[in-house]
Amino acid sequence: MRDFPLFPEQASTFAGPVDALYWTLVGLSLIFGGVLPFIILYLMVRYHRSQKADRTNQVHSSLPLELTWTVIPLVLVLAVFFWGAFLYIEIRNPPDRSLEIYVIGKQWMWHVQHPNGKRENNELHVPIGQPVRLVMTSQDVIHSFYIPAFRVKQDVLPGRYTTMWFEATEPGEYHLFCAEYCGTEHSLMVGRVVAMRMADYERWLTTPGEIILPDGSTGGAVASPLVGAIGDPMVLAGSQLFATGLGCASCHRNDGLGIGPNLEGIYGTEVRLDNGELVFADENYLRESILNPAAKVATGYANVMPTYDGQVSEDQMNQLLAYLKSLGAADAE
Amino acid sequence: MATTALPGHNYLQDDASTVGAWFKSWFLTVDHKRIALLYLLSINVFFLLGGLAATVIRVELITPQGDLLSADLYNRAFTLHGIIMVFFFLIPGTPAVLGNFLVPLMIGARDMAFPRLNLFSWYLYMAGGLFALTAAIFGGVDTGWTFYTPFSSTYANSNVILTIAGAFIMGFSSIATGVNFIVTIHTMRAPGMTWFRLPLFIWSSYATSLIIVLATPVVGITLLLVAIERIWGVGIFDPALGGDPLLFQHLFWFYSHPAVYIMILPGFGVISELIAAFSRKRVFGYEFIAFSSMAIALLGFLVWGHHMFVSGQSVYAGLVFSFLTMLVAIPSAIKIFNWTATLYKGSISYRTPMLYALGFMGLFVIGGLTGIFLGIVAIDIHVTDTYFVVAHFHYVMVGGAIMAYLGGIHYWWPKMTGRMYSEVWGGISALIIFVGFNMTFFPQFVVGYLGMPRRYHVYPEEFQVLHVLSSAGATILAIGFIIPIIYLTLSLWTGKEAGNNPWDATGLEWQVSSPPPTHNFLEIPVVTTEAYAYAPDAAEQDAANWRPGSPL
Ligand code: HEC
Ligand code: HEM
Ligand SMILES: [Cu+2]
Ligand SMILES: [Cu+2]
Repeated sequence: MRDFPLFPEQASTFAGPVDALYWTLVGLSLIFGGVLPFIILYLMVRYHRSQKADRTNQVHSSLPLELTWTVIPLVLVLAVFFWGAFLYIEIRNPPDRSLEIYVIGKQWMWHVQHPNGKRENNELHVPIGQPVRLVMTSQDVIHSFYIPAFRVKQDVLPGRYTTMWFEATEPGEYHLFCAEYCGTEHSLMVGRVVAMRMADYERWLTTPGEIILPDGSTGGAVASPLVGAIGDPMVLAGSQLFATGLGCASCHRNDGLGIGPNLEGIYGTEVRLDNGELVFADENYLRESILNPAAKVATGYANVMPTYDGQVSEDQMNQLLAYLKSLGAADAE
Repeated sequence: MATTALPGHNYLQDDASTVGAWFKSWFLTVDHKRIALLYLLSINVFFLLGGLAATVIRVELITPQGDLLSADLYNRAFTLHGIIMVFFFLIPGTPAVLGNFLVPLMIGARDMAFPRLNLFSWYLYMAGGLFALTAAIFGGVDTGWTFYTPFSSTYANSNVILTIAGAFIMGFSSIATGVNFIVTIHTMRAPGMTWFRLPLFIWSSYATSLIIVLATPVVGITLLLVAIERIWGVGIFDPALGGDPLLFQHLFWFYSHPAVYIMILPGFGVISELIAAFSRKRVFGYEFIAFSSMAIALLGFLVWGHHMFVSGQSVYAGLVFSFLTMLVAIPSAIKIFNWTATLYKGSISYRTPMLYALGFMGLFVIGGLTGIFLGIVAIDIHVTDTYFVVAHFHYVMVGGAIMAYLGGIHYWWPKMTGRMYSEVWGGISALIIFVGFNMTFFPQFVVGYLGMPRRYHVYPEEFQVLHVLSSAGATILAIGFIIPIIYLTLSLWTGKEAGNNPWDATGLEWQVSSPPPTHNFLEIPVVTTEAYAYAPDAAEQDAANWRPGSPL
């Protein structure tokens, strides 16, 4: 037994605020949960049948009393509710310019791919002092990505993306757990999160490693000079899929003359559908547009895009997304 | 059989001369009191089985490695534990045992509105239980009691269908009991038994029945859908088949959050009775306690989303569910305050049922307060699906529901059997349970906030100390649960005769003999007073009559 902690490490910007709220709740609870038992104990002893005490003039109900012990707890829970609500909104809204890392969960491992293409299994390397946004999906059942030291957790669902963000503050190694029961080896679907200084992270990122794909096969090592030369392999892989691998580019042309809409800058904008509705083009919308194009048809276009359901792996989908997003980013600058 | 004869003709006596007739007189009985005893025996057997699974789990968790059980066996153990405890012990527990026995007696009726339906509900319960046990024996289930999709519907290769069938059938048993209570309480009250003269146990049973009837069909259909997807591959919940995995969670918790109130509301009713009887005065704020039960029943239907804060629901949904969850805590708080106020100027005795009631108050407060922690999303994100949640629901379900159940069993035991149990052993075991319980579950709050996920078979070493503490506490707790089984059983032969009203309590059930006659009331009583109509000086008199040597 190495050590015997009673309180988790604080290693992200959320840890402090969440713990502050937690201790406030503990304090308030002690007023009720700690004082009330003593009142009960006192009454138990004071009015025990063996005790002489004044038992005349009993009251059996009192509206002012009832109101007091309804209103005071109500005010208190509402106060903590609002405190928690603001913190929650912050936890759920990543800042712009977060570093995006893609996570795929499957029975029973985590697969991570960094924007430059570097992959890792059951480990997540992140820089400190930099907001990181995880774009996550599952290949099979529901999992949950949980880093206790950062006080963040998010379920990872099959068939859609969920996202989560944090900013690590302390370099170190932390537990990574799967928190949603997912079958036999649920308790082995664990790993570590390595938070490092930005320079270390960048060095790590460009050190070639063995590539283990989510299906377990190993690719060759990425040569580090190449990384520098070609920029961004995830985007690159996506652009290749888009141009030739899946043939998207034959319909989606960036001069707007294709059968399908020009996809430049589409990520993060609002798209009008043929039924007049406006939808926000986030990861889940793009995903659905590719796997099930008929579900939501962009206005002004015919519903002729073929479905790619079953032809695009989760891994390729992530690369396509990275590519589509990069089109937006280029535009914005 | 008995050392001294019990009084008069009562429901336990048989005119049966052959074994066959005896069997018939019990297994085809329509007497609500005999049905309650059938339930008492079968439910306690399930409780022991669930406890056995818990023991195995706690032993495995003593070490961080998975040495006692394989991962698959461990997953089957906690699933079996959850399914038995939730579906076959806590949900039917207090209503089917105490409710069946007491509802007609308390309202001055000779039986339930539908006596045969009542018997049928017991057979449904047993059938459901047999399905679940069969599933457990022939390979088990590993989905957790929550059956989350698409794991349960597509990926699990254990006996999901059989178990679901068990829970499904058991649901009909609940519904039958709920309908019976509602109709009985509406139509069979004795003359003069107005709504505001009803004992609070009846109010809470009524609220419970409403929830049962409204919510149980939803979970029935949901489980059926899981079976349909599993058997025929119809895409409902699995995205690979075109389904929506979160739909299951919405449907499941739409039942299962109200279901937690099915477990605790009857317990609230029991506690009100106990506190009044052992303080010798009217319950403080009767109307507020009665209406808070109804408020809980209503609000309980609006907060299911607090089980899904990290599931991927939108921020807006999270905020709304969080807000409503804050509100649902208030009616529970109101009850606690009113019970505390009842003690004031009472004449309190520490008989066994009262010890359970006091234990309930202490533990339920902790359970309820940590519920607020979980209702605040920013905190819940960190602690959901960890041991913090495990500790929370054990404080409310074991510390609340089971303490109330045990308190009720002790309080009405003389009425059910005509005999008193050993008061000394009663007090000792109540104390052991209280200590063992806290030692088992308090460390789980700490290890949960540290980040220990639930349903883990193997865990990091630094959590071991807290797990060992918890397992040690569980040993004490188990002893505390076994002692009552022994002295209660012994009391059937050796217990003192109880007499009609051993606690000197109000309530129609205490006016008939113990055990009650087969048809409860020779003449239907006419009610002229409110519930808990203790004389204004009852507490004073009780204390004045106390002499050293009288019961404490
Ligand atoms: C046969 C031509 C065709 C091909 C090939 C094609 N698409 Fe499309 N796509 C369309 C058309 C037409 C639409 C607009 C109608 C609609 O929304 O379904 C569209 C819509 C979209 C949209 C939604 C755009 C918006 O404005 O809402 C996305 C994203 C998209 N396609 C991505 C892809 C990707 C990625 C591929 C390659 C894997 C691809 N498409 C292949 C024709 C095509
Ligand atoms: C005082 C009011 C209560 C509040 C505010 C409350 C709140 C909550 C919340 C927010 C959760 C979800 C936690 C999570 O999954 O992350 C939860 C879980 C749970 N609660 Fe409560 N609760 C209360 C009372 C009760 C009662 C009375 C019971 C049962 C008798 C109960 C039983 C449970 C159970 C069984 C779970 C966990 C279900 C599971 O995931 O397996 N709660 N509670
Ligand atoms: Cu898991
Ligand atoms: Cu709930």
